[in-house]
Amino acid sequence: MSGAIEQPRFTCALGSCQSVVAIKKGVPILHSGPGCGVQVERIIGQGEGYAGGSTMPCTNSEEADVVFGGEKKLRNVIENSFKVIDGDLYVVITGCTAAITGDDVASVVGEFQLDDKPIVYVEEGGFKSNNYVSHSRLVNAIIDQYVDKFNEDREVIEGLVNVFANIPYQDPYWNGNLEQLKRILTGIGLKVNILFGNESEGVSEWKSIPQAQFNLFVGSWAGLDIVKHLKRKYGTPYLHFPYTPIGAKETSKFLREVAKFGGLDEKKVEAYIDREEKKFYSHIDKMASFMLEFRYGIPRRFYSLADASYSLGFSKFLLNELGIIPGIQFIVDDIPEKYQESVLDEFSRISDLQRRDVQVVFDPDAGLDQKKLLEDAKDYENKRILILGSSWDKHIADELHGDLLIVSVPVQHRLVMNCGYLGYEGGLRAIEDIYDRVLATYR
Amino acid sequence: MSTISIKEPSVVIREKRLGTINAFTGSASQIVEKSAKGELHDCKRKFSQCLGCNQQQAFCQLAMIRDAVVINHAPIGCSGEFADFNFTYRIEQTKRNLPAALGRYYSTNILEKDTVFGAAKKLEETIRLAYEREHPNAIFVTTSCASGIIGEDIEAVVEAASKELGIPVATCNCEGFRSKIWTTGFDAAYHTVLRGIVKPAEKKTNKVNIINFWGSHVFDDIVRRFGYEPQYIIPFSTVEELSHVSEAAASIHICPSLSTYMGAGLNQLHGVPEVLVPPAYGVAGTDRWLRAFGKLVGKEEIAEEIIKEGHEKYLPEIEKLKERFKGKRAYVTAGAAHGQALITLLGELGMEVVGAAVFHHDPVYDSGDDKLDILGQAVKNYGDVPDYRVCNKQACELVNALNRIKPDLILARHGGMTLWGAKFGIPSLLIGDEQFGIGYKGALNYARRIDDALDSIEFIKNYSKHASNPYTKWWFEQDPGYFQGDGSGRGCARGNGGI
Repeated sequence: MSGAIEQPRFTCALGSCQSVVAIKKGVPILHSGPGCGVQVERIIGQGEGYAGGSTMPCTNSEEADVVFGGEKKLRNVIENSFKVIDGDLYVVITGCTAAITGDDVASVVGEFQLDDKPIVYVEEGGFKSNNYVSHSRLVNAIIDQYVDKFNEDREVIEGLVNVFANIPYQDPYWNGNLEQLKRILTGIGLKVNILFGNESEGVSEWKSIPQAQFNLFVGSWAGLDIVKHLKRKYGTPYLHFPYTPIGAKETSKFLREVAKFGGLDEKKVEAYIDREEKKFYSHIDKMASFMLEFRYGIPRRFYSLADASYSLGFSKFLLNELGIIPGIQFIVDDIPEKYQESVLDEFSRISDLQRRDVQVVFDPDAGLDQKKLLEDAKDYENKRILILGSSWDKHIADELHGDLLIVSVPVQHRLVMNCGYLGYEGGLRAIEDIYDRVLATYR
Repeated sequence: MSTISIKEPSVVIREKRLGTINAFTGSASQIVEKSAKGELHDCKRKFSQCLGCNQQQAFCQLAMIRDAVVINHAPIGCSGEFADFNFTYRIEQTKRNLPAALGRYYSTNILEKDTVFGAAKKLEETIRLAYEREHPNAIFVTTSCASGIIGEDIEAVVEAASKELGIPVATCNCEGFRSKIWTTGFDAAYHTVLRGIVKPAEKKTNKVNIINFWGSHVFDDIVRRFGYEPQYIIPFSTVEELSHVSEAAASIHICPSLSTYMGAGLNQLHGVPEVLVPPAYGVAGTDRWLRAFGKLVGKEEIAEEIIKEGHEKYLPEIEKLKERFKGKRAYVTAGAAHGQALITLLGELGMEVVGAAVFHHDPVYDSGDDKLDILGQAVKNYGDVPDYRVCNKQACELVNALNRIKPDLILARHGGMTLWGAKFGIPSLLIGDEQFGIGYKGALNYARRIDDALDSIEFIKNYSKHASNPYTKWWFEQDPGYFQGDGSGRGCARGNGGI
């Protein structure tokens, strides 16, 4: 889609600076206009992190830089970033001003790379893409310009896997989700490079990326370019699991696919899955009577305004584990056309028992999506509705007397720390959060 | 005095109009003196961190005009703030007993191909689409770095749209790179409103314009006491209300950094007089302000009544709290005029203001009247601030200064800066409501909140033990103004030099 957007739910290419913030002691350096960092932080940021927000170095382009070029200024800011900010990896990202004026960022950063400084650049420009796309470009730039320096034909480490999943900060629950991913993958016997967030060892972990036995991409499309790139570059095979697995059914399926792909010991893997499922369903057992018997109404139908990974993941989860039926799924991540068919295909197989026609709308103009949602909801006035969306959707949830679970940026109506909805524990957390919202509405 | 002209679509940027600077190292008395003598010159920095830009300040003023739509003619990233302002907008609706409404904001979503083949058509389409969806009474188009560099004739697009739709459609030229002073964005928004919305006065009313953000309505009682009606403009105004602000009896500034252009514009173009003394912060400041307002409206005796009542009602408790603040050293970080107002308040409360990191400095305001010099008055009333720096919101300068000065309290007025006090284990306070500190009651409000902040140190001390710090040892060994100016390492003391 390329038209106007009301209620944006992602940011521009420069948003990948938050992926740098998500790497331990990663320092983004923006070669951009003065307001860009703030704009990114305001829609996807969660506090400053280590060196994001007001700490993030930036050239703050002014009129003279646009007219005469900003290379000298960039050189100064890079040189002094090394002196002022204690980082393990510095990543220069260019904004609209530098992209249009055509600063030679490669040669400026190249001077520092020749000095063996841990620095990488990505030529973006906010208009070039959005942060769903630029995240892959950023990761690939780090691999090509930094990680690759340490790849001296070292051997593949059996059982080592690089994990790429939802985009840090764009997925509000990125950190919690990655923690869960690492937990379950370690559980089935893998050694995991999780690369971003608390459970990562930071830059040292990145250095072993070329040695992985295989790569894993968990998500619908945004990130696929990373594992494809790694396959071309190092010949590492990859497995693509095309949505966020939530709850026991999907997580077990996910783990079995990974185990098969990685050639893991089936007995051990099944033992782990069995343990986790028993725990999970013991809780479902406890709450099943509530779900079946509660007389004052709990949601029976849901809409999503979310990215494809969450929309698919939650649809499978809510349908199979909680009996909540999917209404229209509005996919707002500006998913390129070439990936839309596979998402529709996945939706067509959402039930094992019957064919379900889930209506899917791909449109990042969420203002228009909301109008369609309100129109459709008229037919279900007797049903309590759950909306999976963002803070933009608070008002329609209020209007429909529905329940809102925020699964997308912007997030103003809740505080996120280590919450994650991925995996077995994430599924339980989702159940708690959904019915917490429902029950809190009763006096 | 600058001459306000609305002939051109773009506002003249603040550094050209007012000689505004964003780097200085010295004392408050020095900057006051140099401002008066016209001796300040801006200088650059060899290292910089993320700022804010014009467009954000412009949007902040235009986004809550209740029946207007704002279209950001930009790539999608420039609309990161939409949701934030929508959140504020909706909370403030509740406070004002207004029905729930969503902020009506659109991005034209400029893509790479638009930078090559042009984005004007996209703007036309977005204006039509927004009109169909919302039927607003006005549409504002804010520009961006990308649209500015492409350099299309946006003015022609909006003029045609205005004719077609029969409502004002007005551009607000606020490209991020246009001005180094982000508050130029306020001026840009006001320029747009003065140019595109405000009509010549048909009559004079007893309304008083209070040019503000979305703070509490502290002027209600005061203004009514004088027999006038308060009219808080521009957030929460309607297009119709704005078209008549020229009819008001006077304009009040709550923060001249914000409203210098609007105040002077209404004065010069429509003859609406401004209250030209510093906003009513602190007891002495409130006395002075009330007298100035009384004089302006010819009711000086009412001012004296309010002063007497205010002193009787609030001073005893303020005096009591002042006892507790004796010997406490305070630090301020904030935008220019509001920072200076906070210095005034702290002085009033008997604290020693040992330092301030203020984001920019306007040597003079658009009215040209030096009676509006808040800092000059603060220095006169409460003494000098020995470490007064203009830091352009550079967190590294603030962090470095705090590490040296180690004050007992930090008063901040901007997200991302308060954090640093806490990281050093220093009680820190950010009060979002700009009007919270105004008047005698405001001084007491602040005194109470400061008392609370100084009291609740357990969290701050515990957090500071575990807080992350990305700055190097080397940086803490340099002077805070190291990167300002001529590379001497000691900062832009004379306010000149540059690289």
